[in-house]
Amino acid sequence: MIQLDFIAVLAEWPALLKGAAFTLALSAVAAVLGVALGVACGWARAWGPKWLAAIVAVYVELIRNTPFIVQLFFIFFGLPSLGVKFSPEFASVLAMVINLGAYAAEIVRAGIEGTPRGQIEAGRSLAMNELQLFMRVVLPPALGRVWPAMVSQIVIVMLGSAVCGQIAAQELSYAANLIQSRNFRAFEAFIVATAIYLALSIGVRQFLNWLGPRFIFGRVATR
Amino acid sequence: MVEFSLWDILRNLLLAARWTVALSLIAFIGGGLVGMALLLARLAKVPGAQRGVAAYVQLFQGTPLLMQLFLAYFGLALFGIQVSAWVAAGVALTLYASAFLTEIWRGCVNAIPKGQWEAADSLALSFGEKMRHVVGPQALRIAVAPTVGFLVQVIKGTALASVIGFIELTKAGTMISNATFKPFIVYACVALMYFALCWPVSAYSRRLERSFRNGR
Repeated sequence: MIQLDFIAVLAEWPALLKGAAFTLALSAVAAVLGVALGVACGWARAWGPKWLAAIVAVYVELIRNTPFIVQLFFIFFGLPSLGVKFSPEFASVLAMVINLGAYAAEIVRAGIEGTPRGQIEAGRSLAMNELQLFMRVVLPPALGRVWPAMVSQIVIVMLGSAVCGQIAAQELSYAANLIQSRNFRAFEAFIVATAIYLALSIGVRQFLNWLGPRFIFGRVATR
Repeated sequence: MVEFSLWDILRNLLLAARWTVALSLIAFIGGGLVGMALLLARLAKVPGAQRGVAAYVQLFQGTPLLMQLFLAYFGLALFGIQVSAWVAAGVALTLYASAFLTEIWRGCVNAIPKGQWEAADSLALSFGEKMRHVVGPQALRIAVAPTVGFLVQVIKGTALASVIGFIELTKAGTMISNATFKPFIVYACVALMYFALCWPVSAYSRRLERSFRNGR
């Protein structure tokens, strides 16, 4: 008979709470910087000079066709031999930003390409310069169009951050590993951690769906 | 001390890449079968299937694949089944793939106009006949590109099996980098090998999608 002992795991709630908070913090930083990087890259691919668009295309393809864990290991274990050394936390954030940036670039580009020509012409006829045109006319409705895809990608990156425990970044999966090494309740510890991840992913999705229309592309939302 | 040449590193990584390919195929095919069964249960309106499959999809899409691997690894052991990393990784990745594929395919079936279903009903076709002759072939055309695209996700997902000790490309990379003290070159090679596996599949999926859009 299988005997499950969740009490032993739940008794370690401070470690779980700290881990969950750390996962959220990592994801929040990565989401802000990653989306910003994605917008810059999306701009470069759709509007930028040809050589920049080509560099961005290589970056996007390289990141989208390799696993996150290999990107993380390359940054954390590989780069120090060139003399660049990062803490686990910094390496985690860096890997997440680079990863999210590549996916966000494609998402933003899809949004930008859906801009009606007339809006760009209208902006030009108001004597807006290129930057104003992009930031005020093109970007907000483009983000609005692709926001659901962006939210999904941010959640995917948050779930992917479970791997960062492997380089000893002290996030939720690291906490679960620590707990199971103390009380040998591996299955229970990972069940509890998985349940917390599920709650986080549902919560973050709801929060971003609420946040987007109000603060990110709010005033020009296409309704 | 033994010196490792680049060729030694590449050769060993290539040998390990076999297992990445094998695990990807197992997960993709197994996931396809389970995903298809779940989809058919949904379409046939088996009682409870609608909610059950939705919960199943939410569970696998809302939790990290790494946790699913750990749970398979430690969970199967609880039932007294002696699990190797092979079995645990195969089971976890199959279930993971099935959840995504069933959701992708449901979208494809939903894209079929309602009139097609009604026409099939008015011809008194059975559920099996409807699937085989009316809905299936049309949904298949829509489904090919995103399904091939998802194969890339599966290949990348197998990298996580390294964490539970399955020796594939990533794990081999870790072991070789520990032996050679050349992490930069080893992980760069590992990344390039994943790229060599995934990029043709991505490109093919994109081409399928384009030709599908133009062919309508």
